[in-house]
Amino acid sequence: MSATTVGAERRRGSLMAFAYLVPALVVFAVFIFWPLGKSVLLSVQGTDIIGNPSGFVGFVNYTKLFSDPDFLQVLWVTFAFTVLTVFPSIAIALVIALLLQSRIRAVRFFRTAFALPFAFSVATASVIFGVLYNPASGVLNGLLSYIGVDKVQWLTDPDLAIWSVAAATVWMQLGYNLLVISAGLGALPEDVLEAARLDGASGLRLQRSIVMPLITPQLFFLVVVGTIHALQSFGQIKILTVGGPQGTTTTLVYSIYEQAFANNNSNYGYASAQAMVLLLIVLAITAVQFGVLERKVFYR
Amino acid sequence: MSRIRTARGRQSGIGSYVVLGLLFLVVLFPVYYGLVGSFMGERDTNSFPPALWPVSGLHPENYGDALGIIPLGNQYLTSVLQTLVITAGQMVTSALAAYAFVFLPLRWRAFWFGVFLSTMMIPYESIIIPNYLLISQWGLKDTIAGLTLPFLATGFGAFLLRQSFLSFPMELRDAARVDGAGHFRFLFSILLPLSRPSLAALGIWSALSAWNMYFWPLLATEDPRHQTIQIGISQLQTSDGDSPGMVLAGVMLALFPTLLLVIFGQRFIVRGLTAGAVK
Repeated sequence: MSATTVGAERRRGSLMAFAYLVPALVVFAVFIFWPLGKSVLLSVQGTDIIGNPSGFVGFVNYTKLFSDPDFLQVLWVTFAFTVLTVFPSIAIALVIALLLQSRIRAVRFFRTAFALPFAFSVATASVIFGVLYNPASGVLNGLLSYIGVDKVQWLTDPDLAIWSVAAATVWMQLGYNLLVISAGLGALPEDVLEAARLDGASGLRLQRSIVMPLITPQLFFLVVVGTIHALQSFGQIKILTVGGPQGTTTTLVYSIYEQAFANNNSNYGYASAQAMVLLLIVLAITAVQFGVLERKVFYR
Repeated sequence: MSRIRTARGRQSGIGSYVVLGLLFLVVLFPVYYGLVGSFMGERDTNSFPPALWPVSGLHPENYGDALGIIPLGNQYLTSVLQTLVITAGQMVTSALAAYAFVFLPLRWRAFWFGVFLSTMMIPYESIIIPNYLLISQWGLKDTIAGLTLPFLATGFGAFLLRQSFLSFPMELRDAARVDGAGHFRFLFSILLPLSRPSLAALGIWSALSAWNMYFWPLLATEDPRHQTIQIGISQLQTSDGDSPGMVLAGVMLALFPTLLLVIFGQRFIVRGLTAGAVK
């Protein structure tokens, strides 16, 4: 075989290999990369009253965004909501996972039971929480009435609504967090634990000095994934509060929805600029994740 | 010494049970109330304080009522079709791509792999507006195509299957080639059947996320008869807040398939857990 035919052969092989990627690449091109470019484009265009792009306006949408007090509130709400959901849901899942590690009866039953929230969609969970939060006949106010607390307006009190939505979100995240932490705990090196036990470490001491450092990678992973997930929250806000009261639960994604789709607003340009802000935040977090993971989070 | 240790051990044991029991009550309460409430009549749910169990008898007719108010049957079918199409699509496109990444002489392999990974870093909500405009322009609103097309491929799926293919014994592959099996034969009659656990993991993850989707179906459908069950139940709540029993019955119907997946597919779910983490 001459050199040229080998070269041709190889090219043909590579072309055939590429053909296997084509189905996925077509989907990515049409529904991810093209829309990404289009989003950037929309964000530097105005929008006329029926939702058509009305020409290049440069960074007007962006300068408008960052001088718009409503949008600054959106950023603040998004930040608060993220902090209120990510850390509590990891902390609670960690406590449950550690308790399930100790030798107790019916571990399998508890494991399955605690993982159940994972099966709930944002819609099913939000509707149930909506029933529980109902101020007139909800179970939460019912239980509080036994200890003499007046009816609480869980979802319409501006000081309280974000806490109520966050609590429901913490519940939705629990199942996933628990599965990740349990998987991490299950993979701990038995010899390290045994050595620590022989040295007299037990109970809390063992948890704090040996177990916790070993599962830092899982916890770090959950903080990153949880933060990105919290930034994308939408369904629970749409179903429980529709962004209110007074915008106190309008997060970034809900704001995008409101500008672009609610009440036939069709404000695509302005909404796209907000979408780009979301994209940049998520990419920045991903970059940080890469940076930290490169240097490894273990203390081993 | 040893007695002290066992005493302390037992004490912390009881403490663990108490904390675990309390957490169990709080975490499982929404599940309990969703299920029990779906059988409660308005006498129980609308009194104050509301009953915590069906004091005035069981009301299974809640389920019939829920099915009557919204076209829940249609919506169930739409959700099933949407889930099947997305799951099948993701499994096929991911298997093909992963095969090329592991077994074929692909040029610019690192570049293409980077392209696949990059799709996992773009939050869907940031590109949802152009997708919505595209689907409406193509006249695909209220269709299964509109609900599914954007989700027929994922970087996650290709990544998950690639990990599994990488551990496939090369001797087996060479043996198959010696026996004259072409790429397609090898992929579909040897590799994929032997990669069942990873395929199951991908299938369950795809199905869960497709069935539970909310934002996209909300935009891609308008006609109640073509909406998915997730949109249906969320509108059940706003349309009839006075009958929590019926609303919860709708929730239970929507929950049933994913509940089964999580209870019986847990070990496959764990398999796919951290594959989404870009490592």
